[in-house]
Amino acid sequence: MIPSLPRPFWLRASTAAFLVAFLIFLFLPLVVVAVFAFNNANYPAPPWNGFTLDWFLGNESLGRVGLFKDSQLLASIWTSFVVACWVTVLSVVVGTANAFLMERAKFPGKGALSMLMLVPLVIPGVILGISILAFASRVADFASDVFGLELDFLRPGLPLVVLGQFSYIVAIATLTISARLKRFDRTLEDAALNLGATQPAVLRTITLPYLRPALIGSAAIAFLMSFENFNTTLMLVGADSPLTIMMYGRMREGATPVLNAVSLFLMVASALLALTLMRRNDRKDA
Amino acid sequence: MLEATATADWHRRLMLGLLLAPALLWLFALIVLPHLDLALLSFREPVAPRVYQPSLAQYRTFFTEPLYWHVFVRTATLSAIATALTLLIAFPVAWTITKLARGRMGALLFVVCLIPFWVSETVRTLGWMILLRESGVLPGLLAHLGLTNGPVELLYHDATILVGLVYTSLLFMVVPLVGSLESLDNSLIEAAYDLGSSGFAILRKIVIPHAAPGITAGCIVVFMLTLGNYLTPTLLGGKNSLWFTEQIYSQFITRFNWEQGAAFGFLLLALSTAMVWLGLKLSGQRFSDVMRRT
Repeated sequence: MIPSLPRPFWLRASTAAFLVAFLIFLFLPLVVVAVFAFNNANYPAPPWNGFTLDWFLGNESLGRVGLFKDSQLLASIWTSFVVACWVTVLSVVVGTANAFLMERAKFPGKGALSMLMLVPLVIPGVILGISILAFASRVADFASDVFGLELDFLRPGLPLVVLGQFSYIVAIATLTISARLKRFDRTLEDAALNLGATQPAVLRTITLPYLRPALIGSAAIAFLMSFENFNTTLMLVGADSPLTIMMYGRMREGATPVLNAVSLFLMVASALLALTLMRRNDRKDA
Repeated sequence: MLEATATADWHRRLMLGLLLAPALLWLFALIVLPHLDLALLSFREPVAPRVYQPSLAQYRTFFTEPLYWHVFVRTATLSAIATALTLLIAFPVAWTITKLARGRMGALLFVVCLIPFWVSETVRTLGWMILLRESGVLPGLLAHLGLTNGPVELLYHDATILVGLVYTSLLFMVVPLVGSLESLDNSLIEAAYDLGSSGFAILRKIVIPHAAPGITAGCIVVFMLTLGNYLTPTLLGGKNSLWFTEQIYSQFITRFNWEQGAAFGFLLLALSTAMVWLGLKLSGQRFSDVMRRT
């Protein structure tokens, strides 16, 4: 129960024990991944054979291909990065337009549209993937049969992966940006307009700067969700595999600790992203 | 004067059109039409190369083939168990964060809980595989301590799949629970205690009713994500995982039987939607409120 009420000793002790167990449960998998990136062995498994950087720096001549020499893994990181950039830009731009549409505009069917915008969040990712795959193929087949056009971007490949991820990530961006736009004090805009500012100037100097934290926050979330996406990507991927798909394929085969090395790299990158965001928020609060 | 109003009106319409275009394009080209297409696909049957006729054959196969039916029920059951376990683990954590921790400790604990979820699910699953596989850390430890005779295989069991699913889902339960417990006034609990309520009665009559929106939101999201998960069951369950998304994948990608895969997709979507709807009905909440909460 709560601190202001008497709590028997066994309750306090078991709460503490539960918390410790929970934190171990939470961090053990990550710690293990990080530790075995440095183990001097060919498989990420005990026993501990001493420290090595082979899984980062190793090359063919050592018999161990490290992360920085593994061109397949590096290419897949780059693929994921490019996909994530596209998804981020598209999601933030469309999400902002959606936020203005839902908070500012009046039109018939607005309620229905706002419901429809939440639907992508409750469709399992696998199904988003197959439905977009099937529909894109139908459109491509139609274009090919009727007009003789080969629309390659509608065949499995990175453009479809971008569209598939965008289809639900933009819903999250829309929610985040709308929530901030809703709290905006519109008298600020009116004041600027009365003082002779043009509409675009108001948007640029008042409204968008106000939305900035939401725009940055939703961009970070979009980037991360795209980078980590697996379900939708799996269905739409072509010849170029993003990182999650590449790692999945290797994990099924039983891979070397180079996967631990790339995982550690991901952890550090996510941690940096998280810290930067948190520091921004702290500064804003101060 | 009249002209000025007309121009302003025209401007307003143009703006509305410009704002509506991306939203409609997104929702119709990527959500509505693909799902209608998927529905059409699931209700047809190939009779000759590139010749199809409307039929219920795909759904008939699902009900007559025991394997498909079995995998479907199994996926739903394990997802429900995973959701319940996630709630049981996440609730005390959310309680500690909102009620027990003093000062900044609560916020710190909350952030600590979120950290693993900044890392991709692939990485987390890799961690579990290294921990649980026969040559892995835990079997080695158990054998070393003399608890088992030699290393045992801890991967590829249903319990392993559950551990992985609960782990992946925790965040989506902790966040809405913290949100709903934060607004619970401590003095209500104190009052109930002073009036002689037992801890259990306080939980049942005050805490749970107050936290119900958060509990529903968390359960809906966790169940949905678990049902649609692919990575965790296939990697931690191996060939024994028998997860329904795997059936969809094998029909679509491996066997290229899109009609059957589309029917399976729709069945999964129906189950997921039914559960979301049921959760909302049982707790008397609105869809839009729940989604904004998570």
